[in-house]
Parts: sequence; structure tokens; C-alpha cells
Amino acid sequence: MLLVIGIHVLLTVVTAALAERVGPKIFLVAALGPVSGVVLLALSAHDVLSGHAWSQSYRWVPGISLEIGLRLDPLSWLMLVLVSGVGTMIFVFTAWYAHRDETLTRFVSTLTAFAGAMVGLVLSDNVLSLYLFWELTSITSFLLVGLNTTDPVSRRAAMQALLITMMGGLSMLLGLVMLSTVAGTWRLSELLAAPPEATPVVQAGLALVLVGALTKSAQAPFHIWLPGAMAAPTPVSAYLHAAAMVKAGIYLIARFSPTFAEDITWWRPVLVAAGVTTMLLGGWRALRQHDLKRLLAFSTVSQLGFLTIVAGWGSEASQAALALLLLTHGFAKAALFCSLGAVDHQAHTRDLHRLSGMGRRMPVLAGAAWVAALSMAGIPPLLGFVAKEEVLGLLVEEGAGLATAALVGVVLGSAMTLAYGLRYCWGAFATKNLPDGDPDHSTDQIRGVDVRRPSSGMVAPITVLSLFSLGLGLRPATLDHLVAAVTGHEEHLALWHGLNLPLMLSMLIIVAGLALFALRPRFMRLQDGFCAVSAPFDADHWYDRTLHLVDRTAGFVTGRTQIGSLPFYLGVIVFVAVTGPGLALVFGTTPLRPLPLIDSPAQAPVVLVTMVAALLACFTRVRLTAVLLLGAVGYGMATIYALHGAPDLALTQLLVETLSIVVFLFVMRLLPYRYPDAVPGSWNRAKALVAISVGVLATSLVLLASNPYRTSEVGPSVATGMLEGSYTQAHGRNVVNVILVDFRGLDTLGEATVVLVAALGIASLVMTARRPPPTPRGAKAPPGDDPLPRPSTLLRVAVRVTFHATLATAMYLLFAGHNNPGGGFIAGLVAGAAFMLRYLSADVSVASTPLHPRALLALGLVLASGTATAPLITGTDLLTSTYVSGELPLLGSVSMSSVLIFDTGVFLIVVGITLVILDTLGSRKATSLGVVNEDVKL
Amino acid sequence: MSLPVLTSALAQTAAVATPAAGEGSAPVHMASSETSVLFAVLIGVLFATGAYLLLQRALTRVLIGLGLLTHAANLLLLSGGGRAGPAPFVSGEGAPEAVVDPLPQAMALTAIVISFAVTALLLGLTYRSVVLVHDDAVQDDPEDRRIQHAAEEHHEEPETEVLR
Repeated sequence: MLLVIGIHVLLTVVTAALAERVGPKIFLVAALGPVSGVVLLALSAHDVLSGHAWSQSYRWVPGISLEIGLRLDPLSWLMLVLVSGVGTMIFVFTAWYAHRDETLTRFVSTLTAFAGAMVGLVLSDNVLSLYLFWELTSITSFLLVGLNTTDPVSRRAAMQALLITMMGGLSMLLGLVMLSTVAGTWRLSELLAAPPEATPVVQAGLALVLVGALTKSAQAPFHIWLPGAMAAPTPVSAYLHAAAMVKAGIYLIARFSPTFAEDITWWRPVLVAAGVTTMLLGGWRALRQHDLKRLLAFSTVSQLGFLTIVAGWGSEASQAALALLLLTHGFAKAALFCSLGAVDHQAHTRDLHRLSGMGRRMPVLAGAAWVAALSMAGIPPLLGFVAKEEVLGLLVEEGAGLATAALVGVVLGSAMTLAYGLRYCWGAFATKNLPDGDPDHSTDQIRGVDVRRPSSGMVAPITVLSLFSLGLGLRPATLDHLVAAVTGHEEHLALWHGLNLPLMLSMLIIVAGLALFALRPRFMRLQDGFCAVSAPFDADHWYDRTLHLVDRTAGFVTGRTQIGSLPFYLGVIVFVAVTGPGLALVFGTTPLRPLPLIDSPAQAPVVLVTMVAALLACFTRVRLTAVLLLGAVGYGMATIYALHGAPDLALTQLLVETLSIVVFLFVMRLLPYRYPDAVPGSWNRAKALVAISVGVLATSLVLLASNPYRTSEVGPSVATGMLEGSYTQAHGRNVVNVILVDFRGLDTLGEATVVLVAALGIASLVMTARRPPPTPRGAKAPPGDDPLPRPSTLLRVAVRVTFHATLATAMYLLFAGHNNPGGGFIAGLVAGAAFMLRYLSADVSVASTPLHPRALLALGLVLASGTATAPLITGTDLLTSTYVSGELPLLGSVSMSSVLIFDTGVFLIVVGITLVILDTLGSRKATSLGVVNEDVKL
Repeated sequence: MSLPVLTSALAQTAAVATPAAGEGSAPVHMASSETSVLFAVLIGVLFATGAYLLLQRALTRVLIGLGLLTHAANLLLLSGGGRAGPAPFVSGEGAPEAVVDPLPQAMALTAIVISFAVTALLLGLTYRSVVLVHDDAVQDDPEDRRIQHAAEEHHEEPETEVLR
């Protein structure tokens, strides 16, 4: 079974590749797909029809029940007859119908893909793969309806079909997930064999599944997409929108009905109501179409309504009737659509007013179409008659209120079926000499004698389909096995059951249908009057209004929320972040224990100074002051870290803050001295309010988090193991550094990459910025002149002396970091600071180094990631460290870990980004760029 | 915990100033996980000032706000590791020590360096803004404004051709 789906997938690709070269006959190659389905039917027939279902599954992610589970039972077998059997005929027909044009490639490969998806759909046993194939058919249907991409009508139709069936598909997914969760299995067969109790959840799940089925099978009020979908080429309409895809909904209902129709009280009434409404509505509208394709479309809607009634009943007898009805409709409607396609292909019109005398010109085609139409209408001795007798017999036997209502609907609908069947055959093939007053009169007729005969390649598949309708009607006993397998007990089908009520009803239907057709002009005038009243209730109109409403709501919401202001967005984010946890905090009930006021006496003044600096940075309107105050906060932080017992952090913070100030000044010197004055108003107050609430929340959060009651519930810190293993496993005494380069080395590698990307970002931001034209505010310094005063001699001398010593210190920190404060980050920052000092002291715009900054970055990343991934070669885990120690001459006992190389990579990256900054933001180009601020001089 | 409880607890805390000594039997273990009140208040002030600056229009002020927020976040990490104590160095000999939790420190160290890189990148962005518009104010997105106007102008009902 998987093989059959695989063949379809393969053919989708192959036909797409070959279509250009082969032309329309490529459809014969594509037909191998459905043919493989027919082969499967033949091979499995004996087993499946004697009650042994075939099943097969391909497990993908067993843990979350993701699998392609396939099961071929009698109902699937029956559906496969439609999908692959009728499908083969349609592919053959298309080979003669299609033209060589630019849509051919898409046409053939999408149709093949559809055939594959449909096979998957009817074979799926896993509900998720069922959903997957279900949606695949929707998507391929969308592509096929919209095959003509330049025509707005076909684009609208495709969109409408997609939106409605996708909405249904999503609803179905939700329903299936609900059902499967309750039932505890994702297998459809297991779910239906042991159904969950009818709790509200299960009922809701079933209702959602039904919505999916009803949209797919175009039941009112979702029927509107189907007539629109007739914008597709006729074979597509025959296959997707008559024989196969629209039957998917019926198939799903038929799957669920035997299990749930009795227990769920609303199941039958809902489906009978939907079915009867759809059947009558479709028939009513089919009778007034003069575009034959729309006529057939509405007749399909009507027949799907009929199928829904029968499928929803869910008794053994109804399943038997459904099996026959599915076959009848599949054979008949595919033949009718194809016959119309052939007429349209030859006469270039499908308007029944204009067609005349086609029957004489194409007698075989006309004969096949008549057989199909009469079979659909249930005229003896065709298959449709057998099927209709079964349905009527079933409803008569049930006899209850609902069954009687259904019976009345079916009789009325069937009369219409005969009438529009006759209207189709008469419209397409009859020779017309209508009087002027007739609503179907036309002066612009195309006569059969002027039209060429359709090629036998088109006529043959249609004839075959109709022969099935005829042959199975004459010998219904052939189907005994199939019907018995579907229902599970013996069935004896016959053409003649004797003179009984169903037969009388059939006679009534035939008489009423003939009368309806004969009184055609009068009936159409009646319809005209009715339409004027019903126009506001047109479902298509409501579809448009709904879409418009969604559009407007989306526009309204977007317009109100996406106002394009960054402060507004950030404000909203911060506000939401505060209110959520804030509310939990206010309404929480954890008692709070007293906490110590300060950690150590030295902490108090530092914290106070830091707070004041932060507050001042908030309110100053001078740019330079703000930056220096930020620096003050940073140094305060470094001191706090040092007092807290975090020497590595203190060192890092100190260095980063120093470098940051310089980088800030690089940019600030280009900007005005003061910030523009704030606009006082409610916005500012709102910002302050949000900010204060953030602060209050943060403080409360910290106090609560360190609450002894809380912490006693929490287990020991994950760092306990790291403390214990630091020296014994990783050979380092500085636990923080060991964590960085060993225990959590992957984080550090990611971080080094972030730094590298940031460096590249800076380089591209600054280097690609072109000089703007001279500004009105005036660039004081003409380009080329050095606007900077020479740095003091004292500084230059001091830097000359200390530069190399600083670099040596950096090296020491790098090597010592594993056991003492230091490490790659700190060493890199120290080296960076050395280069920065040299840059500031000498009036060279580029900090000259033996290596290019970007080469340093690259080398750093290679070293770090190389060390990280090297253990993979020997088969150990990522980032495993190696440790060697030994005696070296002169140096004595030396020990070294592979993480040192890793740390060197980090070191190089940090040096690299510093040099990139000096090279770009600190370059002469940047300096000479219109200095508007004379107060800041470097 | 409701707000009145919080305030009374804060008042009580002020009375207790002696740090509790760490205890445990492992050779190396961590000090008490309580945070001092002053520490918590500092975190609050840094968060508040940072958030306030973040909501400003001038990009450099946003950046300074971001810097303050980073400090606040780092302190928050550190507070998760408990109170001040001896630095997390191990001797390897197995003498009992009570050190502060090293993991938040490692995280904060990473955060400091990343924030340096990000600050530099955003300064590069500011530089670009200066080059292009001679200002560091964050402009409103004109595209969003256009969408807003377009959404408000479309009001007419669609016309459906009623097919019979």
C-alpha cells in the first residue's frame, strides 16, 4: 500500500520533468499511478472482501504516535475503486482532452499528486496521517482550480475552495485530536472499535469532525465553493469535484456513523437535515442553469446531499445502500463530466442554449451520457435503480418520524435528479427548435453538423464507465460480495424485488421527474420569482461579507496596535511583563521572613553611590554626563562584585566599563551636546509610572526569591557538583573559569560566536555608511584636516612604557585563569584595553597590529570550535577536555589542559572585537564626519 | 504575599543585620542563599532607571538604559546565588569552605561580555543613524503609519454577483 503511494509521488516528479517534452500524452504515463491502485484492488480483493483487512504501517516518531498507518478494509476498498478505478479512466480521457500549453506541467503533476493524496486518505488508519492526506487533497484542489492563474474568477474560486475546506480541515483535526486523546489511541480502527463514552468532550469532538466532513463534501451552507471550483479544467471537476475528493467527507461520515449514529442523539437529525437541504437546494439550482458545467456542479451538490443522508444513517442496511450509491454516483458523474468535456472540446461552448444536434454527430458519446444520467436518476435497469431501491426500502422500513422526513426529501430530490439529468442530456445532445418565448431559446446556435467528432480516446473511457453502470445494473448479484463485506452480513441484490412500496415510490419519482422536465418553461418562471425574494440569503454573498469583516477587523487591530513607535512597543512589553507577575505577587500568600539589611559594612556606601549615579543618569540632559554616570554605575558594580566574592566578575566589569565608555564617546562626539528637551505630558508620566512599577516588582521578586521558606523547598544548587568536580575532574581551582570553559563550554562557544557576529555587524554598519552631503548645521572641520589636538606627551610616553607589559599581563591572566582570577575573557579585555590606550595616545587612526582584526576573530572561532569538536573525532562527547602534565627542562613541573586552547580562542575573539571597534567607530573617517559637538574632544 | 505584608516584612528586616553563617558537612559547600535588603533595593533602582531610559526616543539614552538593565539583571542572577561570601576557589585538599555559588557568576560573566558586544553593535547603529539623519532619535516607522491609514479608509461593502 505504501508502494502505491510511493508510485504516485514518484510519478508526480517524473511527469513534471517530462511534460514539456511529451505533451498531453503524459497523462498516460501519469495513469500508471491509478493503475497501481487498481492492481492493489485486484490483489487484495479476495482477502479484503472475505473480511481480512490488509494493514501496514511506517513508524516515524513512535513516541508521539507519528506514523503512516494504512489499513485496507472493505469501505476503503470501495473508495479505492472510485479513486483509482474511475481515476484511471479520467487520466486516459485527459490524455486526449488536454492541450499542450504552459499549464500542462502543473496540471499533470498536481493531478497525479492529488491521486496519491486521495489514495493515502482512504487508506489512512492513523488520524494524523488521515488529516495530512486530507489537507493535501485540499491544497492540490486549490492548485487545480486556480490552474489558470491570470483569470480573477478562477483565482477567487480557488481561494474560496481553499478557505472553506481548510477551515473544515482544521476543525476536523481538532475534533480528531479530542477524540483520540479521550480514547487513548491514534488508530482510527481502534478508536471506532472501542468508542469512548459520549461525554460532552467526545460530542464536541464529533461535531468538529462533522464540520470537516460537511465542508469537504460541500453541504449547505458550505456548498458554495463547489460550483465555483468548476473554473478548473473539466477532468479535474470530474475527478476531484465529482468522483473522488468530495466523497472524502461522505467517507468520513460513513466511517463514524455505524459507531455513533445510534448513541449520539443529534447525529442522524443533523445529517438528515443537512443532506435534505443540500439535495433540494442543489436540485433547485441545477434546474435553472444553462451553463452545463454549473448544471452538473449543482447536480453534484444535490447528489452529495443524498449521500450524506444515507451515510449519516449508519445502520447495516444504509451502509449497503451507501456502497451502491457511491459506486453509482462515481461512475455516472465522472462519465457525465467527461462527456461534457468532450462536447466542450469539440464545440467550444457548454451553453445549452447554443448547442444543438450534437447527439446525431456523436451518437456513442450521447448514448454513454444518457446511460450515466439515467443511472444517476435511478431508472431501471441501471445500477442507480438498484441503489435507489435499497435506500427507499431502508427508509420505508425504518418508518419513524425522521425516516419519513428523509423519505419525503429523497423522493422530491430524486424527482429533481431525473429532471436535471434529462435537462443535461437534452441540453447537450438534442436538436433544438424552441419557440421565441422559451427561456432556453437562443439565436446563436452551434449545429452538430459543423462540429468534428471527438476522438475515440475521449469517448472510450466514458463508454467504459457507462458500461459499468449498465452491466452492474443488469447483474447486481456481482456486488453481493462487496456489499456483504462492507455491512458485515449476507446481502442479495436484485433488480426486481416484486411489487412493493419502494417500487411505487420509484414510479412516482419517474412521473414527477418527467413532469418537472416537461413543464420546464413554467417552472423556470416560478423560480425567477422565488430568486428575487431569496437573493439576500445567498451564501456566496455572506461568504464575501465575512471575508470583508475579517479584513476590516485585521486592519483595525493592526492600525491601533502597530503604530510604528518603538517606545510604545517597548512600553507595552514592559507593562505586560510587570502586570502578570505583579498580580501574582500582590495576591500571593507566602509569608516573608526577615532578611539581613546589608552583607557587609563596606557594601552600603558603594550601593548608595551606584544608586545615585543611576538616578542621575536617568535625568541628565547632557550626553557626556549621561555616559560618565553610566561608567560610574559600572565601576560601582565592579566594586559590588568584588565585595560579593566574585573577583572574576569584578575584573571583567571594570575592563568592560572602561572600554564601553571609550566606545560611547566615539559616537557621542558626533552628536549634539545636549538631548533635546523632553516634551512634558502624560506620556512621560506614564513612562515613569511603568519604570517605577518595574523597579518595585524587581525588588519584591528578589526578596521573595531569597525567602528562607522558599529556598528550603528548593533542592541544593546544581553548582554543588561543579564545586566538587572542579579540581578533581577539570583540574582547575577557579570554579567560575572552569564552568565557563569546561562544564558549560558550549554556552561560552555560543557567546563567543555572538561577539564575533556583533563585530562583523559593527564593521558592516560603519564601513558601508557613506558620507552624507555637508549638513546645514555645519561640519566645522573640512575633511582631511585633523580636528583632534595631539595627545599629551606624558600619555604617549606612559603608553610606550606600559603597552608591552600590559600585553604580558594579559597573557599571564590567560594562562593563570584556570586556577586564579583571570581567563580568556578577562585577558582579552586587558589586551583590548592596551590597544585602546595606544590608539588614544598616538595620533594614528588605526591601531596597527601584526594581524588583521577579522583574521583574529576567525582564528579565535576556529580554535574555540576546533577544541570543542575535536573530541568527536576520537568518539568522546563534545567539549571533553584532555589534561596533560609532566616535567619540562628549565620550567619544571608543567600541566596543561586542552581547555586552554579553547580559552585562547575566546581571548582572540574578544581582542578582535576591540580592534574592530577601533578600526571602524574610531577611524579617522568617522572622526572627520561632521563634528557637531566641540565639547567632546579625545 | 500581599503588599502590606511585604512592607511590614521590610520594616522587620531592617532590624536584623547580622549575616547568618553557612553550615554543612561537605568539604566545599555554599553559603546561605539569603539576599540582603540593600541588594534587592539596588536591583529595583537599576531596573526602574533602566526601564525609564529604555522608553526614551534618543537611541543613546535607550542604550544607557540597556546598560543599566544589564547591570540589574546580572545582580539578579547573583542574588540567586545568595549573599556575599568567599570567592569560589577550591584548594583541592578538602578543607571545609563556604563559598558563594559560582554558577550565577559564570552566567553573569558571560552576560557582561555579550552586553559589551551588543552595546558596541547598537553604537554602530547609532553611528549609522547619525550619518544618515544627523540625529540619534528613533523615528516612527512610516510604513506602519501608512497601514494604519489604509485600514481606516477602506469601509465600503463588497459587491457579490449573486449567482442563481
